[in-house]
Amino acid sequence: MAAAAVLVGGATIALAADISGAGATFPYPIYAKWADAYKKETGTGLNYQSIGSGGGIKQIQNKTVTFGASDAPLKGEELAKWGLVQFPMVMGGIVPVVNLDGVKAGDLVLDGPTLAKIFLGEIKSWDDPAIKKLNPNVKLPSQPIAVVHRSDGSGTTYNFAYYLADVSADWKSKVGVNTSVEWPVGIGAKGNEGVANNVGQTKGSIGYVEYAYALQNKLTYTKMINKAGKTVAPTSENFQAAAANADWKSQPGYGVILGNQPGDTSWPMTAATWILMYKEPQDKAASAEALKFFGWAYKNGGKMAEGLDYVPMPANVVADIEKTWAADIKTK
Amino acid sequence: MTDIALQDGPEIAALPARARVLRRLRLGDATFYALTQAAAIAVLALLGGVIIALLLGAMPALSKFGFDFVTTERWNPVTEVFGAIAPIYGTIVTSIIAMLIAVPIGLMIALFLTELCPIPLRRPIGITIELLAGIPSIIYGIWGLFVFAPFLQQYVQPALINTLGGLPGLSVLFAGPPYGIGVLTAALILAIMVLPFITSISRDVFEAVPPFLKEAAFGLGCTTWEVFRNVVVPYTRVGVIGGVMLALGRALGETMAVTFVIGNAHRISSSLLAPGTTISATIANEFTEAVGDIYTSALIALGLILFVITFIVLAAARYMLLRIERRIG
Repeated sequence: MAAAAVLVGGATIALAADISGAGATFPYPIYAKWADAYKKETGTGLNYQSIGSGGGIKQIQNKTVTFGASDAPLKGEELAKWGLVQFPMVMGGIVPVVNLDGVKAGDLVLDGPTLAKIFLGEIKSWDDPAIKKLNPNVKLPSQPIAVVHRSDGSGTTYNFAYYLADVSADWKSKVGVNTSVEWPVGIGAKGNEGVANNVGQTKGSIGYVEYAYALQNKLTYTKMINKAGKTVAPTSENFQAAAANADWKSQPGYGVILGNQPGDTSWPMTAATWILMYKEPQDKAASAEALKFFGWAYKNGGKMAEGLDYVPMPANVVADIEKTWAADIKTK
Repeated sequence: MTDIALQDGPEIAALPARARVLRRLRLGDATFYALTQAAAIAVLALLGGVIIALLLGAMPALSKFGFDFVTTERWNPVTEVFGAIAPIYGTIVTSIIAMLIAVPIGLMIALFLTELCPIPLRRPIGITIELLAGIPSIIYGIWGLFVFAPFLQQYVQPALINTLGGLPGLSVLFAGPPYGIGVLTAALILAIMVLPFITSISRDVFEAVPPFLKEAAFGLGCTTWEVFRNVVVPYTRVGVIGGVMLALGRALGETMAVTFVIGNAHRISSSLLAPGTTISATIANEFTEAVGDIYTSALIALGLILFVITFIVLAAARYMLLRIERRIG
């Protein structure tokens, strides 16, 4: 028995060196990359299970992990109920992608209400007057629009639906916002890669994917008209502009959805992903280690994030988040 | 040995060596009995546990929606209104179409392999078909999405729409734009996946037909078809139906491959080319990001329904076999 106790004790100490977290799949590639670099530098590893945002929230509520990760922010009352602190870690952009003969990436311009009508099934053909009006110089075929959406629950869908609800009262009342919604039209494909593939091989289709997938699959992304009425392209700078212009303190736990933010260069479908931690963690040392890792990632991880087509958090927001850590999370 | 086993009563006490052996043998038997019994009970307990867990998990959704859960088509995670008829329909329709395709082809392959195929070709063809059963379903899914669906979209579906789509009656089944993925594509992939089950089991039972029966029939002047129809089929009916039911069970529960190619739309469309969804595809798609008790519960309730459907299929198969046995016996 004594030997067993020593063994178990030893194992706990060995495990404590690794930071444990679970949740969203969208930021998994960058968390893995940061973890790799961080381990080389400090010897502390990260054990992150990308089981989905819903799973991440459940795991942190059950206290089986040091941090949870979610693509959809928790509301203020939920954070208070569970005693959780929430902060954004990294961002990405969501872009509409199309497959039309003769139309190249960035040729087509859409605005929010038109995009909502397409995904509501109200605009059925590519030569619809609403699309024509936005694209006087693009030759649009009289072809039915094949809508492709995500079939799995996803933070990408959450942010996309949030934007459509923000610009279209019809979308808000008929469909709403969630990690998966009741789609009025279209086919569902699994994961960003599934949507990218379906759009890639279906003529006349439109879908929405994370920016990185649009680039890697060489898909035809569209430009968007943003809240300020300006035409913007999906670029890292424009995603960052949306984040910089957002009023992060307006929501508890920095839970601001970056859809349809003000600013001349803001891309309207920018999305952040959040980390959830306890204010008064059971294992204070583990939480301290996790915060050390997140602080390191904010400071040194920007280049790596951009390399994977993510968008790092702006410096002023990071400064606020670090103040929140010091004030709210009791690691001592 | 025999005389030890036959002896009993007071004489054994006088023969301690024999008694020891006897006791050891009895103990061995008892242990063996207990072990096998425990294994059988463990399966029952496991099954009972699964049913209880499914019932408990499904309770919130079932009590909220009642019978509407199995009759309505709404599946709205935002307002938390759920109805399961679209996935139930998709599950049953894809499986039925898959069986309509796979059963005749599977039986023909098995017949060819046992009766008509040149001996040197039998093993290679047989092994190839069994290899199909060893391919993981995710591979079928990826192949279906990247290779099979584009092929259907470019060549097969336009042809179907242009020919069958014009016929009265069939026009409803083959309407709409060729997406490549949809109910028909899922059914075709399922047919390919269950084919090896039907083929290998039918081949094995066909081979078990005593040669003298077939030779006698041939001796009477029967053609190959007549021998198959009147000798092989009646002799092997029970085994073939068993194989078909196993295949149907697999088709009903198949998840990954279907998820990739069915289009995952919670709608019932009259057209086979339109996207649909199945029970297992819905669970696989939505469980990870399902937040909220009713949503999770609705997905577990779907699992319970699939369980019930599978149970009904197995029960129907048993009943069919029983009737056949009674008629023959």
